[in-house]
Amino acid sequence: MLEQDLQLVEVAFKKYYFDHFDLLLIPERSSEREFGYQKFNGGMNRHISIKSNEELRLMLITNIPSDVYCSNAYYSFPNLPMSEKDWKGADLIFDIDAKDLNLDCRQEHTCIKCISCDEVSALQSTCPSCKSTKIEIKSLTCKNCINGAKEEVVKLKKILEDDLDIKKEKIQVYFSGNEGFHVHVTDSPYQLLGSRERNELVDYIMFRGAMPETFGMKKYKPERSSFADINEKGWRGRASKHIFGSKSNRSKTISEIIKNSDGYSIVQHRLDSLKDIIGVKIDPNVTIDIHRIFRLPGSLNSKSGMSKVLCENIDKFNPFQDSCFIDDEKTNVLANCPTQFTLKNIKFGPYKNEKVTIPKYAAIYLICKGLANTTLIQN
Amino acid sequence: MLNLGTDEIAKYPFLTEAGQYLKDKGFSLDQFGTDPDLKPILDKAYNRIEIATTGKIYRSEVTSLEDLDLEVFSFLLAVILLKLSGMNTLIRRFSLAEARRAEKYLEKDLADLSNKTKEELATRIIKELFSINVEKRENFFVIPISDYLKHAVNFHEREWKLINRHVEHGKVILSSHETVRLIRKELDNYIASKIRSTGTPSMLEALKKPVERLVSLGKKFSVPTVVSTEYPPCIKHAIEVLDKGENLPHSGRFLLATYLLGNGQNIEQIAPLFKNAPDYNEKITMYQLNHLKGSSGSGTEYKCPSCERVKSKDLCFATSDCDGIINPLQFKKKKTLNA
Repeated sequence: MLEQDLQLVEVAFKKYYFDHFDLLLIPERSSEREFGYQKFNGGMNRHISIKSNEELRLMLITNIPSDVYCSNAYYSFPNLPMSEKDWKGADLIFDIDAKDLNLDCRQEHTCIKCISCDEVSALQSTCPSCKSTKIEIKSLTCKNCINGAKEEVVKLKKILEDDLDIKKEKIQVYFSGNEGFHVHVTDSPYQLLGSRERNELVDYIMFRGAMPETFGMKKYKPERSSFADINEKGWRGRASKHIFGSKSNRSKTISEIIKNSDGYSIVQHRLDSLKDIIGVKIDPNVTIDIHRIFRLPGSLNSKSGMSKVLCENIDKFNPFQDSCFIDDEKTNVLANCPTQFTLKNIKFGPYKNEKVTIPKYAAIYLICKGLANTTLIQN
Repeated sequence: MLNLGTDEIAKYPFLTEAGQYLKDKGFSLDQFGTDPDLKPILDKAYNRIEIATTGKIYRSEVTSLEDLDLEVFSFLLAVILLKLSGMNTLIRRFSLAEARRAEKYLEKDLADLSNKTKEELATRIIKELFSINVEKRENFFVIPISDYLKHAVNFHEREWKLINRHVEHGKVILSSHETVRLIRKELDNYIASKIRSTGTPSMLEALKKPVERLVSLGKKFSVPTVVSTEYPPCIKHAIEVLDKGENLPHSGRFLLATYLLGNGQNIEQIAPLFKNAPDYNEKITMYQLNHLKGSSGSGTEYKCPSCERVKSKDLCFATSDCDGIINPLQFKKKKTLNA
């Protein structure tokens, strides 16, 4: 980030941590967790132990981090090197990112910025100006993407509650501050599971590796009676609902499958394709990581300048309103953003390399996305 | 300790209670060497090991209380003979056969609808030895998902994946056979570790002969192996990709590094392979290799992924030479044809 922009963003971030410290939700057993932070244009500082709100406040105001993280794991000695920390368990965490949903709208609000010449243009693999292939993909999330991610959160919560028997009050859903949601599960029977076991949970949640026998289709001599009913609990019921459509259609479909000599592979194929429809699109790497430092609830996301906030009611939650806390002081920037975006119910853009005066939250949003700067405007 | 009757000790003689039983009965090892009345126990002990080496499961014929003693003592004496022989291959075979034998009893006891005590004992053994909370629900057994996963991750078959299990309200529902199958490996390991941790007594005259016979029996099972200098196709592919200076995905690099580490190569030998990678950085490569080896970071030593996992990452290029292996590391060792 350019020096002048850095100053503007750091002042805004510092003000946020000063004015909105109450939004920071320090997770339970905080003294057993590892904290970490990154500074703008700087590397990662981790293996930090924070014992009180005051210590956290001091760390934020002194360092003005671009991003703040806290471990999902509990350790006896969170500030020691990894091999000496003494791992005691870890919360289950899930990351649902709109970019993994590959929705059709994505092309409309994604652009590229050339690393060589800074040219911003529509989504393509090379820079139209200098033909360089070194490009950064910039995405401004839209409402449709957020709604898609919300649907995944609802699917995930249902599996966590119904199948894994995790109590509702132990599941917290947060907007990530950029393009998706983070789901934290604290104090569950799964705290002590290692990475390999969590990987199995991931496969379960994502509906990966299902075999026809599980849903009643045997390889040899298939029997009508072993097929799952659409009202059954767990994946047997959920998948059957999708395979058969309705109760009335079930009998007919089973007959067709049994009669067909390729019935087994047809069911396998159907299950494989169902993965993308009924499986929850979580980032597997996040969930299997038992030493991850994960964005701290209430902290700012340097990819957008928006906060990671708790979503008490996911249906009504509007990230473009409810997680935007930077003030609205008029700010001049040189904006180069080919896509329109909405923050706090105000539409901005598109801007074609033009000087604009916009509220600070929108200016910071664009600067964080790399689609505006203040340096050039002042020269 | 569990409060067991003699018939239960006979079924599960590897439990600590069996040793106590021997003491309570007032027997000592010296007696086995000198008392002619105890000769049948010695014969049975030898027989028990011999049957185990054939891959069969030793069957008990219990009709009286004396028979029960014979069952328990023959197991304990078999352990002593094995310790004196020092043949690890026999210990492995014996513990596996004994595990399979106990598995049969556990399964039968779990499913025994007429005898609540037997079922309770079986569930308590599973709980105390393997920390699995088993609950009976009609004709099925329910265990918490977290307990299930700790054991099921050791299986390679798809049917053991959680997605292919009947899951309800945080529990996995299993048959008695599946419940016991879940702990087979651990039961085997448990018995083997109990045998390993048993002290080796000094040799008694009467045990010399059977021990000598065990040593020559054990030698038959030492399978000579040839070490292939060939890499499995997945590893060859990974090396070729790097050689060409093309990008090998993270999972491919992980596979290559963990395979070579598992193959006994050191970091200095492995690091140069990555030099051609488009994003090569010596410092990062060394750091990551040290991390995989467990010499930095969390201290966890990362193992070479299974063939199934390699396949799932599209890194498998299996040929007929790969038949029968479940981990790329097994490609190295192949039994000689005359073994």
